[in-house]
Amino acid sequence: MIASAAALVLASAALPARAQEMDHSQMDHSQMGHGQMDHGAMKGMDHSAHQPPAEESVDNPPAENPHAGHGQPAADDGIPRGIAPPAPTDHAAEAFYDPAVMARARAAMVEENGGMTFSQLMLDRLEYRMGKGADGYHWEWEGWIGGDINRFAFKTEGEGEIGGPLARAEVQALYSRAIDPWFNLEAGVRHDIRPDPQRTYAVVGIEGLAPYWFEVGAQAFLSSKGDAHLRLEGSYDQRITQRLILQPAAEVNIAAQDVPEIGSGSGLSDVELGLRLRYELVREFAPYVGVNWERKLGDTARFARAKGEAASATSFVMGVRFWF
Amino acid sequence: MIFPLPEVDRRGLIRGLSGLGGALAFGRAFPTWAQSGTAGLSPVLSGEHIALTVGESHFATGGRSAHAVTVNGTLPAPLIRLKEGQHVRLSVTNRLREDTSIHWHGLIVPFQMDGVPGISFPGIRPGETFTYEFPIRQSGTYWYHSHSGMQEAVGHYGPIVIDPAGADPVRSEREHVVVLSDWSPIHPHLLLKRLKQMGGYFNMQQQTLAGQLAGKDQSGKERLKWGAMRMDPTDISDVTGATYSFLANGHGTAENWTGLFTPGERVRLRIVNASAMTNFNVRLPGLPMTVVQCDGQHVQPVETDEFQIGIAETYDIVVQPTEARPYGLIAEAIDRSGLVRATLAPRMGMVAQVPALRERPLLGMKDMGMDMSGMDMGQGGITDPSPPAHGSMAGHSMKMRDPSVAPQVRMGPGVATLSPMPVDRTADRPTGLETVDHRVLTYADLRSLEPNGDTRAPTRTLDIHLTANMERYMWSFDGVKLSDGAEPIPFRHMERVRMNLINDTMMPHPIHLHGHFFELVTGAGAHNPRKHTVNVLPGGKVSFDLTADAPGDWAFHCHMLMHMHAGMMRVVTARHEGEPA
Repeated sequence: MIASAAALVLASAALPARAQEMDHSQMDHSQMGHGQMDHGAMKGMDHSAHQPPAEESVDNPPAENPHAGHGQPAADDGIPRGIAPPAPTDHAAEAFYDPAVMARARAAMVEENGGMTFSQLMLDRLEYRMGKGADGYHWEWEGWIGGDINRFAFKTEGEGEIGGPLARAEVQALYSRAIDPWFNLEAGVRHDIRPDPQRTYAVVGIEGLAPYWFEVGAQAFLSSKGDAHLRLEGSYDQRITQRLILQPAAEVNIAAQDVPEIGSGSGLSDVELGLRLRYELVREFAPYVGVNWERKLGDTARFARAKGEAASATSFVMGVRFWF
Repeated sequence: MIFPLPEVDRRGLIRGLSGLGGALAFGRAFPTWAQSGTAGLSPVLSGEHIALTVGESHFATGGRSAHAVTVNGTLPAPLIRLKEGQHVRLSVTNRLREDTSIHWHGLIVPFQMDGVPGISFPGIRPGETFTYEFPIRQSGTYWYHSHSGMQEAVGHYGPIVIDPAGADPVRSEREHVVVLSDWSPIHPHLLLKRLKQMGGYFNMQQQTLAGQLAGKDQSGKERLKWGAMRMDPTDISDVTGATYSFLANGHGTAENWTGLFTPGERVRLRIVNASAMTNFNVRLPGLPMTVVQCDGQHVQPVETDEFQIGIAETYDIVVQPTEARPYGLIAEAIDRSGLVRATLAPRMGMVAQVPALRERPLLGMKDMGMDMSGMDMGQGGITDPSPPAHGSMAGHSMKMRDPSVAPQVRMGPGVATLSPMPVDRTADRPTGLETVDHRVLTYADLRSLEPNGDTRAPTRTLDIHLTANMERYMWSFDGVKLSDGAEPIPFRHMERVRMNLINDTMMPHPIHLHGHFFELVTGAGAHNPRKHTVNVLPGGKVSFDLTADAPGDWAFHCHMLMHMHAGMMRVVTARHEGEPA
């Protein structure tokens, strides 16, 4: 007991110097209710030694310490806002335990309470497509790793015909930053492996959850050749039951110029609408069926027809969505 | 000091040794007091020297089975029974492959014995034994649990009963301890990961189109208005019965923990909510309950039919079953995703009825921090649930994220909403019990039995906002996570401070301050109830007066384990001011 008491005194010994820096001149004594205070408990406060305001006090406007509402009106019951003591910079436990060991434990504790790293790999679409022509496949995946605010993210999507060559494949590597409760800003690079010739783009985008629970995203791309385009996406999860979910989705691509070698035309170049019905066997694993409709427009349609391809396609899709 | 210095209790030592022997001899998954069919609380661990070993175990209930962390091989951990005024040494040996710790929840101990790694001490490394040593300066029902690695979610928790030095003001012929908890076969780190990936992962009671067509839940108009705010009225619990089995003394409903009684006896139930993530509504159909203690502090006896027990709270109740029949002790998760039934019966083999789960409640405007009661909204309680999109009402902002209502909150991705008009809800019935047709306990019904020791008026006010973003599963105080480099919350030793906890989220938060008791401001003056943990209702606020009488560094956090680990935590310091060394 005596040892404990002594150690407690030690633990608090570092404080008096800081406490005396309290700027009494800024205190609203009229609101402090001294009449009700237990002055015995305040015997430590050195009222006689009013020192000139320390720099710390001058440099710290009340806004910097949200708990020190200088001279603000009393909250309720006539309790003054009062002034908080300065936050100590020492650690009481160091009086009892090796400071180096405590520092390690403290760092781990802080990390465990808000600073952990998480990740997700989402295979949102992995599907088989059946339409008029040859059957095809399509994927759309994304993943992230990081904390609440800063993350590394990647996205990939692509498609092709069964037994045929890969028609389209792109990969994005992005830095993603939460900018408000619902939206992330993202920036990075996109590389298209197909179509040939390959292209590399700089990407900047925003994605998140809009009012009414719409998942939305917008990405602007600027290729190494100087051509630019914009992609807008949106989807909505309509929960029919706890596990059965109908998801309408839309994507629009808008280009600033014609790029014939990759079949892209200026203006509104293509529109894609989908409707997928998934059943979440567990949250992470959901088979689905649906329909997908794509339409190439303007010069994009013209380029497609010139290559003997159709400008529009409707397909019945089935696939799985899974994540972990 | 309010408390007398400890005195040595020799009889306690002898009792302790025999109790320890008893526990070891049984060597089963349940400590004796927690075994079904127990007649009462013995044998238990008691005395001046108590040995506890934290180790790996396996635990199964209701067909779900997984790895567990237990103390002396049992789940819950052994009951520790002490006597006010004694001195105790608790040697804790770590047989895990990771660090462990024990925090004595509600016990007034020197801060370096409080058991929070990184704040009070370094933690207990694998293979090491750490000896806690402190005087027992109080009486009542408390509990203990790990403060390391989310071990309290997988079995590392147990009850503490401290007998008063003098006569116990609670008269009973028999007593049982009931430790409520939640159990998932999924490791808590994975639970948290899932929540970070998808905030509503475990909510299997969301509003659906099928429900809407069947006329259930909100109307289409209301759904649109809530959708516009990206707020979910079914978001009542983060982790639910979708993965949790709910336990009473380690027994699920099927295993039917049974406590015996003789008809006509006054039976004291010491109820502890040792859950990681579950607030319960507790009732004993057919038996009025007299609440005699809360958080280990005696209260003036008050009779009720149901009460909500926040995580980490304890309630002692007295019941007097007169018939020779089984009575169900029902603890229902507040989101009604599951319950646990235990039985009080005159003999083994009797099974109390399991009531059907009641309908899942829906959150309302008051849970968003918009109290309409003071406004002219017409009669019959019919109010337009939508906040005006812009502007104000009677000078109050009705926007859901107006920084001017809480200038101290650091706005950012972690703060989805701010309660525009938070009101004191300590006299409100808690979530889900607003309309049940029997008596429901509120905090305002609790009055301390003895006048409180320190009735000085506070000299300072401290507001703390409980902030969150459910979509990103971010939880914080004042918009700042502990890991954001949050400064400690400083107190002067013996300073008396009025603290206002303002809940800017739509979920109740059981907020716990280590090492101290505080008096809830409920209007009972010197009889305001003293607590160590207070459940702040959604969108509401709680005020309490604190005497910072325990020098040192202390943890202050939401006792929803995942909220704490998401950052809803602070270090609180109490220091002598200006005192020469």
